Amino acid sequence: MLAGYKVLDLSGRLGWLAGRILADLGADVIKIEPPGADLEEAEWRALNVNKRLLRLDPASPAGRQAIERMIARADILIETARPGEPADDWLAPERLSALNRKLIHVSITPFGRDGPRARWRGSDLEIMAAGGAMGLAGDPDGAPLRISVPQACSWAGAHAAAGALVALSHRTAGGDGQHVDVSAQASVVVALAHAPTFFDILGETPSRAGSHITGRSVHGAIYRAFWRCQDGYINFVIYGGPAGRRTNKALVAWMGEKGMDLGPLTDVDWDEFDPKLATQEEVDRIEAPLAAFFESIRKSEFLEGACAREMLGYPVSTVEDIAADPQLEARAFWQDLAVPDGAGERHCGPFFIADKERPAIRNPAADGSGDSAKILKDFGFSNNEIATLLGDPLMDMAMDVA
Amino acid sequence: MSTKPQALEGVKVVEMLGNYGAIVVHVESHGRPDGFRLEYPPYKDGIAGINRSGCFALFNDSKYGVTVDVKKPEGLELARRLTDWADVVIENMRPGVMARLGLGYDEVSKTNPHLVMLSTCNMGQTGPRAHTPGFGSQLSSLAGFCGAIGEQDGPPMLLYGPYIDFIASVMGCSAVLAALDDSRHTGKGVLIDVSQYECGLHFMAGALLAYHRNGTIAERNGNRDVEAAPHGAYQCRNGSWLALSCWSDAEFTALAEALDCPATAEDPRFAGIEGRRENAQALDDALAEALRDRDAETTAEALQQAGVGAYPVNTIADLFSDLQLAERRSWRRRKHEEIGEQAYLMPGFDLSSTPGDIAHAAPILGGDNDVVFKDFLGLSEAEFDAYAAKEAFN
Repeated sequence: MLAGYKVLDLSGRLGWLAGRILADLGADVIKIEPPGADLEEAEWRALNVNKRLLRLDPASPAGRQAIERMIARADILIETARPGEPADDWLAPERLSALNRKLIHVSITPFGRDGPRARWRGSDLEIMAAGGAMGLAGDPDGAPLRISVPQACSWAGAHAAAGALVALSHRTAGGDGQHVDVSAQASVVVALAHAPTFFDILGETPSRAGSHITGRSVHGAIYRAFWRCQDGYINFVIYGGPAGRRTNKALVAWMGEKGMDLGPLTDVDWDEFDPKLATQEEVDRIEAPLAAFFESIRKSEFLEGACAREMLGYPVSTVEDIAADPQLEARAFWQDLAVPDGAGERHCGPFFIADKERPAIRNPAADGSGDSAKILKDFGFSNNEIATLLGDPLMDMAMDVA
Repeated sequence: MSTKPQALEGVKVVEMLGNYGAIVVHVESHGRPDGFRLEYPPYKDGIAGINRSGCFALFNDSKYGVTVDVKKPEGLELARRLTDWADVVIENMRPGVMARLGLGYDEVSKTNPHLVMLSTCNMGQTGPRAHTPGFGSQLSSLAGFCGAIGEQDGPPMLLYGPYIDFIASVMGCSAVLAALDDSRHTGKGVLIDVSQYECGLHFMAGALLAYHRNGTIAERNGNRDVEAAPHGAYQCRNGSWLALSCWSDAEFTALAEALDCPATAEDPRFAGIEGRRENAQALDDALAEALRDRDAETTAEALQQAGVGAYPVNTIADLFSDLQLAERRSWRRRKHEEIGEQAYLMPGFDLSSTPGDIAHAAPILGGDNDVVFKDFLGLSEAEFDAYAAKEAFN
């Protein structure tokens, strides 16, 4: 869908997903990395696949000069320079816009390009803290927690891609390019759902949710959300409402089929049961036999059984469970790519299906030695210039491209 | 933007488009209003009501609200007029429902070939579990997020709200914008199928690749990091918390100096980043002691001055006074007819020459039937009244 658009991706970790999304949508995304940078890390590979790789050092005068020539021909530039860092002054929005007034310049920073804390350092942890996410995660009696798999960069990258495309829309309608200022912190706030609104309109401050559902019963009863099962945990909650009632009835029927002791569940009329009105004593009584049932099954069994019975609830999956999920297999979510050392690499495919087909990943995120020369050629560099930029060992490659 | 994307269903995707000038129409019916209106607090003054949910409002600013009863032929006709008028339709019903209503992409694209349609649901339109209902809060467990929060030896932890829904809406927004750009050039639209589950997995992509490469299973590990140490949140004065991390020896030395705890800096267990990782618990204990009576805000400032990453753990209340969010005007207050003043949230990005805004507060149910059907779609008074008489707007 974005075929023909050229994107230069100079970003660090904070911006990788932005380029990946644009690449999945069809843009020609060129990831620029200095020679010698380690590209083996799983994070790097997962988020830079589907881009073409150009080995150039933006810190060297020649490399920078070449990148500036490329900027003059690019549609979108993604970078994660630190505000106020003298070495990154060349990426100032005014400067880039003078090089190419049609350029969409996306800068991604922890806290935005302007403001009293714009120059503050922020890794995933500090951004999740600043964005309010840690304030909502963790045990109420313990410390605020981040998600152990870093998320802030993904929120920033996803917002950056959307911002770039809003700006592109303006350009397609006849406008110029412009600067898109992405704050990772502000991007994370979106993940908090409606928690801020409790403070805004009622003056209440939602806090760490822990691993139980609170605040649903007028008697202050708390409900379990995570249940031990044979090989991990299952996320299941006794809900009310039509879907909750259907789920509760189906669960009890399932337990009956398995010959489980229903105990007090035999007497529960789910059409009458209202989680809002239950006392802790009632909840505990109902939950005890459920706990025994969950302990008797495996995650995959619950996933299949709950789906067949149209119940709410899912297992708490690990990456291993996700890798084995038949739903993803059926939708051809995974794509296997050959990498130079001969081994295959299994990636998440593009995040959407267009007209009933999931696009294929076009570039393997590998350090193919010919890519750099080919890319420079595409941007109008002469063979001599390419040879000078990439060094003599690649001279032959550059000539081949010609 | 001068185009007019609009939605039949959906939450955040269309909202962002509304923030940048698109005309976004949120379609509901009186028989089946958006579930967020009645099922999710907070409500104005704590009293539930069809137009009193702050939760629904937060996700639906800058949209127009119409009601169309698609169970009546005249209502269905109005829905078709909307799909003929629109550049973009976003829907999140169960797979197949739109087609059964005669509003599937194959049908509506016959009369509006440039239309972009985004169908989004938990599992996507196909596959063995396509029809499984589910809540985004629990889907966040299936996609690996809840299992990745918590202490190593403790249970998984909840994420507040349907975390994964917001991933899918921001990624879906990009898909819509790319398709719209293509449609403007080629005149041909597209049907996009977005699975919220799959979008979420892109936020776990590195961990998934690591598993596929060598079987490494990412596990919850409190606030610890594979690289940095210390790396955690520490309680400060008055119940506040401070998040901080050190990625090098120089940063650790600067931290110890700024916190005035030379004994920690000189402790041989904490020499070198590997030593600090191996003795992470002892290091956390030492820092907890050093930070307990400090003020989180001023300590964060001092640490940043010293070149150490640190930020107070913002509570939900703090987000409304955070200096950086204030600088960006991330919160913008607009007056809603029933809720009154409410803070609406801008996206994480903004544009320099065509900046976004919260155009207006969320719509009341069916509140914009007049303007949408008469002004945008061009229905005459007589036509409008005829549809009303047939109860098409119910």
